[in-house]
Parts: sequence; C-alpha cells; structure tokens
Amino acid sequence: MSWGFLRDLLSGVNKYSTGIGRIWVAVVFVFRLLVYVAAAENIWKYEHDEFECNIKQPGCENVCFDHFFPVSHIRLWALQLIIVSTPSLLVVFHVAYRENRDKHHNQKLYRNPREIDGGLLCTYLISLILKTGFEIVFLVLFYKLYNGFKIPHLVKCDIRPCPSTVDCYISKPTEKMIFLYFLVATSCLCIILNISELSYLIFKYSIKCYLKRYMKKQQ
Amino acid sequence: MDWGALHTILGGVNKHSTSIGKIWLTVLFIFRIMILVVAAERVWGDEQDDFVCNTLQPGCKNVCYDHFFPISHIRLWALQLIFVSTPALLVAMHVAYRRHEKKRQFRKGDKKCEYKDIEEIRSQRFHIEGSLWWTYTGSIFFRLIFEAVFMYAFYYMYDGYQMPRLMKCSAWPCPNTVDCFVSRPTEKTVFTIFMIAVSSICILLNVAELCYLLTKFFLRRSKKSGNAKQQPNHENKEETKQNEMNELISDSCQNTVIGFSS
Repeated sequence: MSWGFLRDLLSGVNKYSTGIGRIWVAVVFVFRLLVYVAAAENIWKYEHDEFECNIKQPGCENVCFDHFFPVSHIRLWALQLIIVSTPSLLVVFHVAYRENRDKHHNQKLYRNPREIDGGLLCTYLISLILKTGFEIVFLVLFYKLYNGFKIPHLVKCDIRPCPSTVDCYISKPTEKMIFLYFLVATSCLCIILNISELSYLIFKYSIKCYLKRYMKKQQ
Repeated sequence: MDWGALHTILGGVNKHSTSIGKIWLTVLFIFRIMILVVAAERVWGDEQDDFVCNTLQPGCKNVCYDHFFPISHIRLWALQLIFVSTPALLVAMHVAYRRHEKKRQFRKGDKKCEYKDIEEIRSQRFHIEGSLWWTYTGSIFFRLIFEAVFMYAFYYMYDGYQMPRLMKCSAWPCPNTVDCFVSRPTEKTVFTIFMIAVSSICILLNVAELCYLLTKFFLRRSKKSGNAKQQPNHENKEETKQNEMNELISDSCQNTVIGFSS
C-alpha cells in the first residue's frame, strides 16, 4: 500500500471529470505527489536526528523537538494529499451505483451513467466544495501550528528537563521553507481550480435549466 | 507514485512527437532521471551527516550547512526535471481533447468521421499541425525557459558548478571563523558537471526541434501560397507528398498514455 494506490484512484476519477478537473488531477500528481515523493520526503527524513540543542542534558532535545514539532510538516503534507483526494471517491461511488442500477433493472435508466447531470451533478459539486474546504482547513492548520510558514534557524526551549533556556537548532530550515512555500502555492492553485470548476458547472447548468424553461414556455 | 509514473505519462506523448522530440525524451529518461535515481541520490545521501565543522559548538554545523546549501543540488535537479517534463503534459492534454472530440463525433454518427470504430480513434497518431502545432511549439519554448532558469539558479546559488572541499563559516553560534568540510566534493563536482552537460544537450535538442518546426511551418505556408496559384490536382499531389514525408520522418511508438488520455 503506497502512493500508487492514490495514483490509481485519481486516474479512475479522471474519467468522470470535466476539463478543469483533469487539470486539477494533473497538478496534484505532478506538482504535489511527485514533488513530495521525489524531493520533499528526503529533506525531513532525519529531522529528529539533526535537531540539535546546545546542552548535554539527556531528554532535553527530545522534549524540545516534541514541543516545537507536534506533527511534522511532512506528515501533515501527506495527510493533506490523502484527505484532499478522498471526496473524488463520492463521484466514483455514485457512477458505480448508477451503472449497477442500470444492470439490475436491465434497462437504460440513464442516458449516460457517466454524464454529469441530475444527482451526479450534486455529488460532483459537493465533492468540489469538500475538496476546497479541506485544502483551506489544512492551510489554516499549517499556519496556526507553526506560526506562519517560516521555519526559524533557532528556537529557544526551557521545558523540563532542560535546566535553563536552551538554544536548539533546526536542520535545513531554508530548504524546508522553500518546499513549504511550494506546498502553499500548489494548494492555492488547487483551490483556484476547484472554485473555477464549481463556478463553471453552476453557470453551465443554470443556463441549461433556463433554456429548457424558456423552450417549454415557448411551447 | 514515482518517476515511473512520469515515464508512463510522457511515454504517451512520445507517439505524437517529432524524432528530435523522441531523442530528447530518451536523453531525459536515461541520462537525467535514471542517473539521478541510481547514482546521484546516493552521492548526496549522507550530505549533512558527513558535513563536518572544526568545532564542538552545538548548532554551528546546522547553521553553516544551511548557510552554504539553501537548497540541496539533488532537490534542485528533481524540481528541474519535474518542471521541464511538465510542458509535455500540455501536448498530452491537447491530444486527449482531440481524441475526445473525435469520439464524440463518432458517437453522434457524423458522416464526416472517417473512423470505423473507437479503437481506431484511440490508437490514432495525430500529426503536428494546426492548433496542436502551437501547443507543441509552446511546450518546447517553456521547456527551454525552465532549463535556462534552473541552470542560472544553480550557477547563482553555488557560485559556479564546482563543489569546494572547504568552506569557512562564521555564522552565529559558531564562536569564530570555523572550517567546514564538505563530503565527497570531487564526486559531487563530477555529477554536477555531468548534469549540466546533459541539460545543455537537452537545450540544444529543444532549439533544434524548434527550428525544425518553424522551418516546416514556413515551408508549408509558402507551398500553400504557391499552390493557390496552381491547379487543384497539383495541390493534392503536394499534400500527399507532405503526408508521406511526415510518415517517413516519425516512427511509431509502443507506449500509450494510460491515465490522462483515457
């Protein structure tokens, strides 16, 4: 079980998406998942080993690291990727439900089970809203947990068993900050794509509804 | 998810590329991605562990390492490869869009549609003309820009392409100017120069491909304007000749796009 599973899931979702949805999948694959696996993971690999405090007191480093990094950036990043991709499953399940119904009743209940209309449109819109919501929640979480998106060189720690205020040095802060900004930028891009797709779908189907009503009135 | 997935995606683009484009893709995968994964990552693997400063002051090593290596070579290369491969996705998306349109026409039962079944549409190879020409040329242009930007970033960040053995560091909390020693500097210099050389070859290939596409475009235009004055029969002969030339120039490829074009 690894990121390949998420890749297969998103490839499946790609079939039922609009054009903007496909661009979203491409951005998630290439600029988030691939960057995470190929580059970012290695930067945070030895973060605890390389976290150094100016003290020989046993336990002080552990306690200080735990205080300043309750959840590591890289784990939050991985959680974000998984949770943000999950709402797309709703669409997959709904399409599978439709196709199942067609098979069960042995007749064509839907013009095209994969076409985004009616109930599937609602599901798709809900999945878009959830995706956007989760992205924003994680960005806010990152901001609140680490007081912004900056990573300092040095943190001052005075928690027991540290005997006094001790200087602790974080490893590779600049590189971590660059990748953190990259994460924030791609999240914002995905939020913009989701909002555009939402607006596009709402606009398209409102026009469709309005035209239908207008044709009915004419008749 | 790893470089293999990128290989699958780009392999599909290979089918619709020119022969120079195919050479570029081969160079990218064999001489850059494979070298990065198989060799370069090992060389830089222990970079901070084996970065040693001549001081016992805790924190000095961390601060000096961060000062001299704001972003590691290996991460810059990974980012460079990702960014340089991305424009090819534009071509993949354009091809997928065209296939989607043809499938829609076929399903509507359009008489103009010359395909017998959906499988034929899926396996059809599109010639680089019309709007696809603009997408393809744009993607090459962006590739060139990304390559140049990353090469300059490397040069600017590390003051050239050589890895020094010794660096002098006086950032706080180091008590004075401290000697810091980089691990495997010669090996790192060799790989840096290798990667820069292959980037330069890729830039040359992209420039050659761009020139080839532009030449083809202008030749086609001048032939069209020349043919407009002549009889239609003659024009048809020139068109079929051009098509035959296209076929001869491009080879068939076995890879197909799995995720993005389905």
